[in-house]
Amino acid sequence: MLDSATEILRLQQAGELTASEVVRRSLDRIDAIQPSLNPFTHVARESALAQAEKIDAKRSAGETLGPLAGVPVAVKDVLCTADMPTTCSSRMLENFRPPYDSTVVQKLRAADAIIIGKTNMDEFAMGASTETSAFGITRNPWDPARTPGGSSGGAAACVAASCVPLSIGTDTGGSIRQPAAFCGITGLKPTYGRVSRFGLIAFASSLDQAGPMAWSVEDTALLLQAIAGFEPRDSTSLDRQVPDYMAAIQSQDVRGLKIGVIRDSLESEGLDDEQRRAVNEAIEVYKDLGAEIIDVNLPNSKYSVPTYYVIAPCEASSNLSRYDGAHYGHRATNVDPRSPLGPLAATYCASREEGFGAEVKRRIMIGTYALSTGYYDAYYSKALKVRRLIRGDYDAAFSQVDMLLGPVTPTSAFELGAKLDDPIQMYLCDLFTVGANLAGIPAISLPGGHDASGLPIGIQLQAPALEESRLLLTAAAFQQATTHHTARPRDIGGAS
Amino acid sequence: MTQHDYTVVIGLEVHVQLKTQTKLFCGCSTEFGAPPNTNVCPVCLGLPGALPVLNDEAITLAIRTGLAINCNIPPMTKWDRKQYFYPDLPKGYQISQFDLPICADGAIDIADPADPESTRRIGIIRAHLEEDAGKSMHDESAGISESRIDLNRCGTPLLEIVSQPDMRTAAEAKAFLTELKLLLTHLDVSDCEMQEGSLRVDANVNLHIDVDGQIAKTPIVEIKNMNSFRAVERAIAYETERQYLVWSETGATIEENPKTTRGWDDGKEQTFPQREKEESADYRYFPDPDLLPLRIPESRIEQIRSELGELPAQTRERLEQQYSIKAYDADVIVNQGRAMITYFESAAEISKDGRRTSAWLQQDVMRTMKERDLEIASFPITSSSLGELIRRISVNELETTRGRDVFNYLLDHPQATVDAATAALGIEAVDTSEIDTLCNELLAANPQVIEDVRAGKMQALGMLIGQAKKKNRNANPQLVRETLLAKINSA
Repeated sequence: MLDSATEILRLQQAGELTASEVVRRSLDRIDAIQPSLNPFTHVARESALAQAEKIDAKRSAGETLGPLAGVPVAVKDVLCTADMPTTCSSRMLENFRPPYDSTVVQKLRAADAIIIGKTNMDEFAMGASTETSAFGITRNPWDPARTPGGSSGGAAACVAASCVPLSIGTDTGGSIRQPAAFCGITGLKPTYGRVSRFGLIAFASSLDQAGPMAWSVEDTALLLQAIAGFEPRDSTSLDRQVPDYMAAIQSQDVRGLKIGVIRDSLESEGLDDEQRRAVNEAIEVYKDLGAEIIDVNLPNSKYSVPTYYVIAPCEASSNLSRYDGAHYGHRATNVDPRSPLGPLAATYCASREEGFGAEVKRRIMIGTYALSTGYYDAYYSKALKVRRLIRGDYDAAFSQVDMLLGPVTPTSAFELGAKLDDPIQMYLCDLFTVGANLAGIPAISLPGGHDASGLPIGIQLQAPALEESRLLLTAAAFQQATTHHTARPRDIGGAS
Repeated sequence: MTQHDYTVVIGLEVHVQLKTQTKLFCGCSTEFGAPPNTNVCPVCLGLPGALPVLNDEAITLAIRTGLAINCNIPPMTKWDRKQYFYPDLPKGYQISQFDLPICADGAIDIADPADPESTRRIGIIRAHLEEDAGKSMHDESAGISESRIDLNRCGTPLLEIVSQPDMRTAAEAKAFLTELKLLLTHLDVSDCEMQEGSLRVDANVNLHIDVDGQIAKTPIVEIKNMNSFRAVERAIAYETERQYLVWSETGATIEENPKTTRGWDDGKEQTFPQREKEESADYRYFPDPDLLPLRIPESRIEQIRSELGELPAQTRERLEQQYSIKAYDADVIVNQGRAMITYFESAAEISKDGRRTSAWLQQDVMRTMKERDLEIASFPITSSSLGELIRRISVNELETTRGRDVFNYLLDHPQATVDAATAALGIEAVDTSEIDTLCNELLAANPQVIEDVRAGKMQALGMLIGQAKKKNRNANPQLVRETLLAKINSA
């Protein structure tokens, strides 16, 4: 039951289930798996139950309810919530409570969704395994020895473990799609600006985008509908009408749709055979559904990871400057009063030394270096030029095809600890996902099968900017024709 | 020691707080003097997740200023982050403009302090918008060391106007600042109150010393902490002497030591070395990804240009022509600001005598303002009364010394009209026929004077004029003199 928002809404409307019951079941489920999998940084038990009671009372009073009434939703701990801690899984913000809700959270509340808690992530969303969290690793429900992916690892794991049907993740270089793929669920990164970043604690401002995660495309569309839209408090938010996504997926007709297969991705050396097989199977599914398959190339995609790993750390080094211990967040108490730096700089250094983890520090160092006089042109400026070329590749591809199909990740979920000491290997996890962030286009990760060890494999669809409807329709057609998205982790099954 | 000739090279950086209702990137009030940390919100506090949204009013004020200082307004401008750590900068960066400022390549004409009838053109390199930082207050009294931060000012819009190093004397620097302040207050873009920090000046100064035909350049010194135009003038004068002395002793030039920062101590009237901010070496500017580049359509620039109205330089020229006054006099009036210009014009319209009105304004009115510490807006004599007073003097209805009596009477009786003042002082208009009769009587009684005048002894007339004043104290001596002469010449 806790794996479908659509089902929860139907049962509540039919009077067969109350919101309070749903929330209690969700909390029970969280209690059961939290100690072993650790997907949550905060569980809002009391406020979720109180909110559920309100919704039940409204429903019995015959009042009109929002589109997500009584549905528990988990929110990645990078989005500000006025009534809960917002930590970015960092010591730096361990005790930080924002005085305001992010736009995404505001919209969820306005839709009568029940915010069940905040999910674990890589610290400040920097990572691909949720291992850099200051509050413990999150494990993959399909195999607790493996990572759920990252940085939205908690967000993916809590859906895959059937704690909640809906979850909000954020995606800067693949952080929604990769964990969705690792956990066998669906995850969508919207067009840059489609969902407001107001209250989304910035990692890399020009790339960050919040988006929905759920088992099915239908639930994904439902959640996207609730959070998309213009926000005047966000200058990069797009002032464009939000289409009716639920209506868009009713037609699952992909006949005549031109789907481009990214040849260089599919033939990439870094791609595991089983991932390649899943993409090839998806090609066959779409062929059977009447889509036209066309080979395309994104010639500059080989530069996308290095480009991303200049731009994102540059922006991060600046965005994270505010965490200096002076105004809020962690402040070091044991500062050497005789430090040659002087008391101010010594406090800054000690607070940041203690408050940030190793990966965050690494990226601040890289970004600071790349923006420094004498290096700016060689790194940041050049990366921006390559970013324009990568966008150009997508523009050229989309002049030929309606949609791009390819892998999400080079491999299935890897074992915990496998890449933690090798940042380059960790960064290469983003090989197939960063392109959409650099180009600002929407992309979705769909369950596309399982590998020999039973681990989920994702496939990725990418569409032109603001074509979320097309993306969802094409994805829904795939789920209509396949059952991958109905598979559940073994010891958890479909029942909860 | 040989004394070498040198040129002082001065460039100014002026930070002006723009008079917007709200801050540059959030809706907080810009009001000065509110209790600490009350005009703040998540955006200007730099809280995680908060995002900046541009205040369009600041763009209008910046363009208005830019056009008035003859700058180009490029079709596109953008926002950059200037990064350094300081407790009054809560984001760890200041949103500013690096390589595409909103105003570029302008100039201001100033009256040449060495020759009031000519002008000097001072180039403007650029003017860019940026957000202000908060205020740090360090209290090291009573053996404690405590710092407090007030973030009310954080995010207030600033326009940083950077001049070319075109000024050559401290007086020119002061004239430039005076003209800039006049322009900015005239445009109503800033209060320009140095005491409140809404206008801040840094001066870059060095010397180009002629050493047997070769130019030795002293290191550039940026002078900070000057809290009045007078202080700017003194600091530059001090710095000029100091740099010459140091160069004489050490020979240090710009090649070894390009630039240092010094503060101005107003009490000691000295500059002193300032420790530089450690991070100032590299601000790591890069485009702010939270803000879109701003496109400024030509139509918007033209709209603002059409609303500029008459600028002080144009007013000077117009006053010169319309009222036949000298460039210097027009300058004095215009430099007093809008209220004085209006006062002058409305008085001159009535007096029909621009030169005399200008003279009265500069002598009697301004002197009284100074003595009584008055603003022209609250001056006891209305412009129409002054105009009427001057008109009467101008058409010989009133002699100048009696006019001063009227002026003084009006000063003490702000409600009184010129008529009431003359009546109260017993001044009556004297008919020309009365003067005529009076002169006939005087000439008849003093035939010797006619002979003396005809013989060229003009001083003899003075005696008759004195007698006329005795007989009728309202007799205008000038008129009496003219009448007497006419009669002597035609007799």
